[in-house]
Amino acid sequence: MNRLQQLFRDKKDICSVYFTAGYPNLEDTMPVLQALEDGGADLVELGMPFSDPLADGPTIQASSEKALENGMSIKKLFEQIKDMRKTISMPVVLMGYFNPVFKYGVNEFITRCQEVGVDGLILPDLPFDEYREKYQQLFEEAAIANIFLITPQTSNERIKLIDSNSRSFIYVVSSASVTGAKKDVEQKQIDYFTRVNSLGLTAPRVIGFGISNRSTFNTACQYASGAIIGSAFVKLLAEHGADAGKIEEFIKNIK
Amino acid sequence: MSNQNNYQADDNGMYGQFGGAYIPEMLYPNIENLKKVYKEIIASDSFQKEYKALLKDYVGRPSPLYYAARLSEKYQTNIYLKREDLNHTGAHKINNTVGQILIAKHMGKDRIIAETGAGQHGVATATACALMGLKCVVYMGEVDIKRQAPNVARMKMLGAEVVAATSGSRTLKDATNEALRDWICNPEDTFYLIGSVVGPHPYPDMVARLQAVISEEIKQQITEKTNKDYPDYVIACVGGGSNAAGSFYHFLDDQRVKLIAVEASGMGVDSGETAATIALGDKGIIHGSLTFLMQSDDGQITEPYSISAGLDYPGIGPQHAHLFDTGRATFLSATDNESLDAALQLTKLEGIIPALESAHALAALNKMKFKPDDSVVITVSGRGDKDMATYMERFDF
Repeated sequence: MNRLQQLFRDKKDICSVYFTAGYPNLEDTMPVLQALEDGGADLVELGMPFSDPLADGPTIQASSEKALENGMSIKKLFEQIKDMRKTISMPVVLMGYFNPVFKYGVNEFITRCQEVGVDGLILPDLPFDEYREKYQQLFEEAAIANIFLITPQTSNERIKLIDSNSRSFIYVVSSASVTGAKKDVEQKQIDYFTRVNSLGLTAPRVIGFGISNRSTFNTACQYASGAIIGSAFVKLLAEHGADAGKIEEFIKNIK
Repeated sequence: MSNQNNYQADDNGMYGQFGGAYIPEMLYPNIENLKKVYKEIIASDSFQKEYKALLKDYVGRPSPLYYAARLSEKYQTNIYLKREDLNHTGAHKINNTVGQILIAKHMGKDRIIAETGAGQHGVATATACALMGLKCVVYMGEVDIKRQAPNVARMKMLGAEVVAATSGSRTLKDATNEALRDWICNPEDTFYLIGSVVGPHPYPDMVARLQAVISEEIKQQITEKTNKDYPDYVIACVGGGSNAAGSFYHFLDDQRVKLIAVEASGMGVDSGETAATIALGDKGIIHGSLTFLMQSDDGQITEPYSISAGLDYPGIGPQHAHLFDTGRATFLSATDNESLDAALQLTKLEGIIPALESAHALAALNKMKFKPDDSVVITVSGRGDKDMATYMERFDF
């Protein structure tokens, strides 16, 4: 059983945190990851910055831009996290856009993920059909979970298809928005979560986009195995940097 | 070997190994929906009737195919200019916006969004929206807004809201990202009107079909003007590549016609200040399409440079990538200076001030050898009014 499977078997109300690698300073990646582990986060989405992050709102865009200015790259990321499994036990998922992975070489990228102990990937602009045709075998042989997104506009039929090809959780995008949209959870979102839950899916779901505090986190956890906090955490890093105390406090305030 | 559909998109929007729809799931339903209906709408009688009527009476088509006698004499061949510069709003862009507006209307969308670099596509979109009474939001890089004040004013006068893209390099590629973000957030009522043969499938194919009127007319006009029913050469400039796609469309399967695409090499292909995407030859994914693009070793998309705002896009339409890959089209490039010279030459010899984009196509004349009985068609994609500030500065007028 891999780290992701174990997490979803053993825990509920999973607190998942996104942050951008190499932000706010180039060498902050490991200190932030360690502080999240120590502070009690259950799962991390480690963002690989991209020049054109079209599904992201202003906060994560700005963090990506800064990280790239700092000199962040995929090569650098693998150097930074090469020994992470000595001290990090929670699952770590890399999240980013497909072009840098394509440029790096998908085969090589997957091999490196396996070597350093990355558990899964979220590549929102890698099309589902292309994944199945060209990469599914590669990912599955390396035991790297490809994590798909669903949105309020995704049809039930497509959700079921995605479910049957998921080897870990499904990322439930809470509303038609980019990351960092600041809203309370509305009734139509609840209706959507309820619809998804009625489909008898086998993969666990984690809700993301618009989860920023204890209240939205708790609401999301009523309808899924957990929730992902992204922009709100990146804002904390923008303000305080890789301050372990502040990061632990942030997690305690959510959970 | 000549398969009728060799150079066109397959059902997945692939041109050989290029194209596709590399989009986040949030955009999937929008794209799927458009993919399902666009061909049917374009083929329908009601669309064709309305589109053709607008092209004729509103855009002013057919645009002339003009025999440029003095230019022909200089190059010892027969040069014909396809005068897209004479269209309403001054460029070929309007062919596409009028067509997509009708598609949007057929789909029941009442809010139109668009990206623009220099503002030409923004103006063409705002024009079509004013014509149809639809709400129009144009995303434009903050840097471009400052550089292109007259076009910003035109869009505003036409009733469009111009929104500054303040992320990244604050130019065309960032405006495109902002438009895509808007579409993610407004999937129900909004139609994204892309200005070139770029973006996820079905945009490259849809835009090429709407610009295909250019080559449809060339074919007919060249038959009337020469003793052959085809030209020997068709030359067009290429940034994203919509005027080239339209100029080539009906000749793709006619191997007698040599297709020449001219990229903008800015200060030179190897100068680091260029937009010659094909010449640099790096594959990757930009704005939902697998194609050639300008990127760093880490796969970050880099900022292109050209004196021509309409050609400084870091990618190129996937069909052009395929035409290059298969050798069907020849890709040349022209520098800023070569294009400025070509613009001045056309002005002096023919009394036509071309857009800087079109000047790149004209610059190809100095890079090629023609026979005295060849017929050479060059698409003048737009007029030079918008570039007068550059011409004034460079030529000291």
